[in-house]
Amino acid sequence: MAARRISSLLTRSLSVSSSSVSTLFSSLGKNSGRNGIGKRFSTAAALEDLIVPPVQIAYTQNLIDGKFVDAASGKTFPTYDPRTGDVIANVAEGDAEDIDRAVAAARKAFDEGPWPKMTPYERSRIMLRFADLVEKHSEELAALETWNNGKPHEQAAKSELPMFIRLFHYYAGWADKIHGLTVPADGHHHVQILHEPIGVAGQIIPWNFPLLMFAWKVGPALACGNTIVLKTAEQTPLTALYVAKLFHEAGLPPGVLNVVSGYGPTAGAALASHMDVDKVAFTGSTDTGKIVLELAAKSNLKPVTLELGGKSPFIICEDADVDKAVELAHFALFFNQGQCCCAGSRTFVHERVYDEFIEKAKARALKRVVGDPFRKGVEQGPQIDTEQFEKVLRYIRAGIESNATLECGGDRLGTKGYFVQPTVFSNVMDDMLIAKDEIFGPVQSILKFKDIDEVIRRANNTRYGLAAGVFTKSVETANTLTRALRAGTVWVNCFDVFDAAIPFGGYKMSGIGREKGIYSLHNYLQVKAVVTPLKNPAWL
Amino acid sequence: MAARRISSLLSSSATSLGRFSSWGRRIKSFSTAAAAAIGEPIHPSIQIDHTQLLINGQFVDAASGKSFPTVDPRTGDVIARVAEGDLEDVNRAVAAARKAFDEGPWPKMTAYERSRIMLRFADLLEKHTEEVAKLETWDNGKPYEQAAKIEIPMVVRMFRYYAGWADKIHGFTVPADGQHHVQTLHEPYGVCGLIIPWNFPLLLYSWKVGPALACGNTVVLKTAEQTPLSAIYVSKLFHEAGLPPGVLNVVSGFGPTAGAALSSHMDVNKLSFTGSTATGKIVLALAAKSNLKPVTLELGGKSPFIVCKDADVDKAVELAHSALFFNQGQCCCAGSRTLVHESVYDEFVEKAKARALKRVVGDPFKMGIEQGPQIDNEQFKKILKYIRSGIESGATLESGGEQFGSKGYYIQPTVFSNVQDDMLIAKDEIFGPVQSISKFKDLEEVVQRANASSYGLAAGVFTQNIETANTLTRALRVGTVWINCYDIFDAAVPFGGFKMSGQGREKGIYGLSSYLQVKAVVTPLKNPAWL
Repeated sequence: MAARRISSLLTRSLSVSSSSVSTLFSSLGKNSGRNGIGKRFSTAAALEDLIVPPVQIAYTQNLIDGKFVDAASGKTFPTYDPRTGDVIANVAEGDAEDIDRAVAAARKAFDEGPWPKMTPYERSRIMLRFADLVEKHSEELAALETWNNGKPHEQAAKSELPMFIRLFHYYAGWADKIHGLTVPADGHHHVQILHEPIGVAGQIIPWNFPLLMFAWKVGPALACGNTIVLKTAEQTPLTALYVAKLFHEAGLPPGVLNVVSGYGPTAGAALASHMDVDKVAFTGSTDTGKIVLELAAKSNLKPVTLELGGKSPFIICEDADVDKAVELAHFALFFNQGQCCCAGSRTFVHERVYDEFIEKAKARALKRVVGDPFRKGVEQGPQIDTEQFEKVLRYIRAGIESNATLECGGDRLGTKGYFVQPTVFSNVMDDMLIAKDEIFGPVQSILKFKDIDEVIRRANNTRYGLAAGVFTKSVETANTLTRALRAGTVWVNCFDVFDAAIPFGGYKMSGIGREKGIYSLHNYLQVKAVVTPLKNPAWL
Repeated sequence: MAARRISSLLSSSATSLGRFSSWGRRIKSFSTAAAAAIGEPIHPSIQIDHTQLLINGQFVDAASGKSFPTVDPRTGDVIARVAEGDLEDVNRAVAAARKAFDEGPWPKMTAYERSRIMLRFADLLEKHTEEVAKLETWDNGKPYEQAAKIEIPMVVRMFRYYAGWADKIHGFTVPADGQHHVQTLHEPYGVCGLIIPWNFPLLLYSWKVGPALACGNTVVLKTAEQTPLSAIYVSKLFHEAGLPPGVLNVVSGFGPTAGAALSSHMDVNKLSFTGSTATGKIVLALAAKSNLKPVTLELGGKSPFIVCKDADVDKAVELAHSALFFNQGQCCCAGSRTLVHESVYDEFVEKAKARALKRVVGDPFKMGIEQGPQIDNEQFKKILKYIRSGIESGATLESGGEQFGSKGYYIQPTVFSNVQDDMLIAKDEIFGPVQSISKFKDLEEVVQRANASSYGLAAGVFTQNIETANTLTRALRVGTVWINCYDIFDAAVPFGGFKMSGQGREKGIYGLSSYLQVKAVVTPLKNPAWL
């Protein structure tokens, strides 16, 4: 029940009866229109009185070998409230020395146990207890996530935390279902394949979905019997420390999950190039992903899973239901302040419905409720930090300068924090920067196309290949596009459906490997072939 | 039937090896065999027809017009000059592969049609076994009997195996949490860059080309500069079997030029490399710096061969011998650390030495020869350097230790005992006929020592005790554990390394995932009958 709700929450499929988020968000949009409050997002007064987050910050140290400890250097770094740019807390700043300590703890917990030597059933029980504990603390966690990240509190509390819990239930269920194979031999041999944990997994997670990415990585790694050193994003270190503490309360042995806060070039690089780390999984930008892979190549050749950037096409065919397509395309881009690696950031619209689509997409963006993410009904909070904020504004200027038509937005919102107006460009051409680069902000780029062959070619003409949206009523068009698009996920008449069982990952420079689902287990398992001779076998 | 024979041949289960050793008995020690065995090299009765690059279904010269010599390791003499592919040739080959992928016909053919072409190729190759085996021996120096009776049949077997997979690549339907229909498609990557080594030119060709083509990809293959000939020959046969132009392109050339161009090419979607760990790291770094193409690596090893106290010593000696000396010691999974329990150590060393002394070294075209020359002068010198280092570090030289004969790259089967873990010969991959025997006391110790290596490719375990076998099987951090056997290379058994021995697996069902992308497809459901 709960699980079903989660997926429909994030999916925003438009069948209103089945979709609570869609009801939630789109009805909020409508309300704001009806009430006349903020006919335009820019007049939204919500930014004046900021709500005080209902949560205390209990943990700011690194979590190594089951204990909260200061950084070896004694250093700390500030973490901010994106609504204001004010410091929320100072957090222990992990560096190479802290990574060494964390890896040593994880190494010991792997080599000497108990984690990989426990039964899978015992491991799964701890993961299930952890999921229960997180559920109990959902409210504090959602508040912390919003405070540190700026995402709407309703989204954190009603979509992301339930999804987090769902993922740990899912992976707890895998722990005792990791089967090897027996293999038919050409000769008198008995052949079996063991699927073993790799050892110490280094995991580096981003700031856009701090808890969800924690679940995507920690869930399968632990289910498979590995131990972990997790490096969080410097923008959002708080929630991972909180849940990792809960994990230990649920019975996780010390050293199995170590959390180090810190920066990429120091802590992240130390982890990626560590000789005693057996596996690295990274989610973040393509540029950083290349560095991570190179560090792994130059050090000990640890296998690397990468989940990187995207410039995902959202294709609206001539037979699409335009109203639904507008709403879905809006959501595909603006969700999470546009800070999604799989954001539908190239909206391709068939020429026959293009003008109508533009009008409606603009109207929808104008109705988007931007404001204090703690306020009920707010659809969009601030961008994560000043760097991203400036970058997004720079791309908007580039869009204007390259002669795309600015339909709405285009500026910051308010005068405090990192709020950006929902921005829509039409008449976007493929060679414009806003059609090529990952903007990672609330900027929708709408492009016109004529026929399917052309849109396939243009959709694939990118170094990315993370996801695609296809809006059509024709099963033939859907089938053609599904196979032709070089992307790891194709959402047909829906977008951002993130069930635990659905694999996610990129073609081309959007990444290597898949997370979630049965596929994600491969990332955390080694394959060992075992062969013995047979004497007088009854069968071969 | 044939297949069964292959595995038992390569397995060196005591029966088949017994044959080799009985030949050995005729010659008291390899050193006396020298003069007699080598003599004038036997001329392989075969023409070299193809030395050009194979691009888009046509034999062409290198864009630069350059060529390089490939030599006979028995003599160091030039066999032929081969077109030397470089950046420009790799570009042309990738363009052809790109076109054959993007426009077809290969990935647009039915899987059944692809499998039929692969099966026809296997048949053609089988028909040409003799020529191909001769070419392989001439260019590589491996015993002709090994090439003709083991390796070529294994290549044929491998293509039949992967032909059978072509129409069995299933995606999943996936249970959803909400009202969605979810499926996953397993799609070909696109253009695959495949880089193969010189120690098993055709076998490694089949390990890579087989699954890549079965999954619907197109290929640019770069062969090792030491052994370019057999791949060109069989690729010609592949086209005769009906392979469309551009699907399989073969570029001969060197690593730093052609290999690097392939690894860093922006239009190559996948790389698979077999070779040294040092080169593997470069290949991966080039992939990382260019377009992040996923990379499968099958690299070096220093595989432990563990002889427990309850082992049948005679069998263990024979197996450990073949585990190391097979293919002139030029195997990435060579059992190059022979760890023997102290209670059987002295007996083992005596018998291992005796076995090595009986090893028949000589012209690989001669019947009954167990060991031919090393691949080239560079490897030859490197091995002799390691032997000197073994002697200098205080290991006991039981046999061998020098060049064999005076011509070509032959080396005496060399056995060291009393090898300590910190000696270079116990740590580095020697890739030659040098067996290093060490003593151990108990299981925990041997597990710890066996795992104290940056490599993790394979391990041999010799014991009659099932508890010991089970304990070692789980504890050893390696991709393959052979228990009471070694070098079993069935098509269905996955092969690959832990740690710095590589990434990913080749052969078997696992080999397919190296050549398939996963695409999730989601659509909403209205009033579903079930979820």
